[in-house]
Amino acid sequence: MTDKPVAREAVEAAVKGHNADYVEVRIDDTATTRLVYRGHELEEIGITEAFGGCARALVNGGWGFVSFNDPSQLRQRVEEAVAQARHVGKETSLLADVAPVVDEVKAEILKDPRKITLSTKKKLFDAYNDIMLGVEGVTSTNIVYWDGWKRTTFASSEGSYIEQERLDVGTRLAATAKRNGDMQQSSMSLGALNDFSYIETLDDAALLIGNRAVELLNAPYAEPGVYPVVLDPVLAGVFCHEAFGHLSESDFVYENDRMKEIMVLGREFGGKHLNIVDGAAVPGLRGSYKYDDEGTPAMKTDLIREGVLVGRLHSRETAGKMHEPPSGNARAIDYRFPPIVRMTNTYIEPSTSTFEEIIGDIKLGVYCKNWYGGTTSMEMFTFSAGEAYMIRDGQIAELVRPVKLTGNLFTTLQNIDRIGTDLDFNQGGGCGKGGQMPLPVSNGSPHIRIQDCVVGER
Amino acid sequence: MATDNIEQILANARRQGAQQAEVFRVDTEETPVKFEANRLKELNSRRTSGVALRVIKDGRIGFASSTRPGDVDDVVRGAIDTSPFGPEAQFDFPGLSEAAVVDSFDPTTQALTVDEMIQVGQALVDAVRRAEPDIQCDAQIRRAAGTVTLANSSGGHVNYTSSSFAAWIYGTLIRGTDMLFVGDGDIACGPQVDTRRIEATIVEQLERSRTNVTARTAEMPVIFTSIGVADALLPPLAMAFNGRLVHQAQSPLVGCLGEEKYDHRLTIYDDATMAMRPASRPFDDEGTPSRRIPLIDSGVVRSFMYDLQTAGHARTESTGSAERALTTQPGISLTSVVIETGDTTFADMVKGVKEGIVVEELMGAGQGNVMGGDFSGNVLLGYKIEGGEIVGRVKNTIVAGNVHLALKSIGAIGSEARWVSGTVYTPPILIEKLAVSADAT
Repeated sequence: MTDKPVAREAVEAAVKGHNADYVEVRIDDTATTRLVYRGHELEEIGITEAFGGCARALVNGGWGFVSFNDPSQLRQRVEEAVAQARHVGKETSLLADVAPVVDEVKAEILKDPRKITLSTKKKLFDAYNDIMLGVEGVTSTNIVYWDGWKRTTFASSEGSYIEQERLDVGTRLAATAKRNGDMQQSSMSLGALNDFSYIETLDDAALLIGNRAVELLNAPYAEPGVYPVVLDPVLAGVFCHEAFGHLSESDFVYENDRMKEIMVLGREFGGKHLNIVDGAAVPGLRGSYKYDDEGTPAMKTDLIREGVLVGRLHSRETAGKMHEPPSGNARAIDYRFPPIVRMTNTYIEPSTSTFEEIIGDIKLGVYCKNWYGGTTSMEMFTFSAGEAYMIRDGQIAELVRPVKLTGNLFTTLQNIDRIGTDLDFNQGGGCGKGGQMPLPVSNGSPHIRIQDCVVGER
Repeated sequence: MATDNIEQILANARRQGAQQAEVFRVDTEETPVKFEANRLKELNSRRTSGVALRVIKDGRIGFASSTRPGDVDDVVRGAIDTSPFGPEAQFDFPGLSEAAVVDSFDPTTQALTVDEMIQVGQALVDAVRRAEPDIQCDAQIRRAAGTVTLANSSGGHVNYTSSSFAAWIYGTLIRGTDMLFVGDGDIACGPQVDTRRIEATIVEQLERSRTNVTARTAEMPVIFTSIGVADALLPPLAMAFNGRLVHQAQSPLVGCLGEEKYDHRLTIYDDATMAMRPASRPFDDEGTPSRRIPLIDSGVVRSFMYDLQTAGHARTESTGSAERALTTQPGISLTSVVIETGDTTFADMVKGVKEGIVVEELMGAGQGNVMGGDFSGNVLLGYKIEGGEIVGRVKNTIVAGNVHLALKSIGAIGSEARWVSGTVYTPPILIEKLAVSADAT
């Protein structure tokens, strides 16, 4: 799939000479392989090729957007988008300046999943499945694996022409244990950019997941209430993404005066030890890229520095309207959607606390590891642990069933009183927003401790 | 041209050794009109078409799909190449069969102009802002039409077109650092979306949220509104009726057919044959005729949902529950769900509760041990009941439970039902006791 369905000249010609403030075309070419197991059975194996494009236009502050699979009348599609934008636009167009770029970005592939035969992939996952099913008490499993190659071609009326390639690899392993109508599940998700090798060494992980599912049958529910909680780097990364990351996305802020007051730069959100960063320019992670879907170069943006809000994530429009520098965070999941402001690699920077310092003085608390998921409404957020233990008198005590945690932006970040040294990244997640899901992102953190966190029963 | 393409793919697949083959083609056209910050922001039009091919070769299923126009060779090659590794087919593709006439196409939807859609959206935004001038609204009005074409080597052929019209509005009201999110919407086949109900729902949400109150960490009665039932209770419940999870012993309802597992007042069915519902269709996505599927009948587990492959494994027949996206093989899914009404008005339900919670929306309810029936979420929009009255909005509060246990101890089922998201028709339901944890500080 390396032949180009639309020639560069045709794409560049299609965006030129329109009576619009701004015009862009984006074309996606993808090839995906997917395997799904449920129980002993390989339930699904398939190959998907997607090709499609879109045209977006801005006229007097109004946007038009047209997506299609058939690229043969590209210029006409652009004209449709311009006509739509003209129909909407009644104000002034404002986009932050970004220098036009002409570039071709090849994926720096470490181990290419496309060079590994279907039969090798199947053998590998057969083995993981057998390990999980071999654990006494495991009644079923679920495995999803996919690898996807994608080439995006972008051209704008400002003279940018960018071709970018990437290769995503991901898997989720889950085991279910069942006894007397009671059922527990344990799972792990992981993903990698441009590298299949992460997928090849999951024997130990598979065994752990199988064993954990069975152990959970014997575990009690945690007593719901308010506790000091300690989060491992994986769950703390999810916390960072949900609790704060989404609110740093400027499309929630730029048209809302009240929200601007709340999210004013300089506002204190946490202690001096709290530093939060987002950036696609951090290399080699699932949220990494060279240019975003508006052709803006990737950057690394400080969001919170020493507890104080210092920056936010932008598209060209939100940056332009808020008179702030663009950050390269406009992303679209595919050609069917216009780019919106999204996170990339979001993380809490390491501080100085050792794990012993973090749990040592907790009389009664909860240690939460791994994740099921997370979501936010800006002010309030929830995230759920895949694994939880009580902390009693400074020691990790009994395993309890997975818990749901909830917090409030304006108190929970302030309640982080310990940040560890052991920064690690969670690459297994996909982020959803505005119907665009799952977008590859990563998030990370060291171990952190939060005082007075609401813990739900399940 | 679509039909030629399909015949060509079927013929090529057979030539390359497939004993059976099936082509699934979708062509959709959508026009969303988007409002942001109370004003018109963006017009979209999305045209999507593509084909998916399933083959059965030497007893195994291969699959490939493509949205590349005119792509025949790659799709056939992909399906043939994956087949040696695919699952053993437990079925034959169905031939022609009689299906009920199911009408889900309203030609007046396609005749709507963009300006008419803009008017619907602007009227909704204006109405909500009359009720609360400080609110900031995002809205989306969308019309869509889609044609599904399915043909297989057994002579099965399906072709139908459906239409939909959707209106959604979300409002954000910020007071200090307190954020309130309200919203509602509807989807129908034609333009007759009930915008008055949407407005009334949002006005009611705003009224009930005028003051914030704190909940207590305790077990207490919880009323799920129609929106609450559809969002928080139905997804974990429906999962247990998925025939694939039942067959693989992952559903807690394994072996429970015919047993009274729920309150005897509870009756739920799935029905893709209702006229002019957006999820209605004459056939499912494998060509099996649609039918009404009783799931729970007066508390008794009546049937599970099946597609062809799962039905083959379970030695039963497909219930016409196969649904697929272009890029994946069929899965088992609800279409339009009806939960039958009870005899208690919402007002009486509230009156009967000394201390409790009303849940409109739980945030994060779909995380956790959903397969086991657990649900748990932060009350994104919900209210506290004290002494038989709604006294205000609760925040920083988690409501948690297990849907299979909760629906055994139903306090009351509402007498007033409504459609939620155009696909779930449900009354409010009062659960006698659920775990509530709240930050009382």
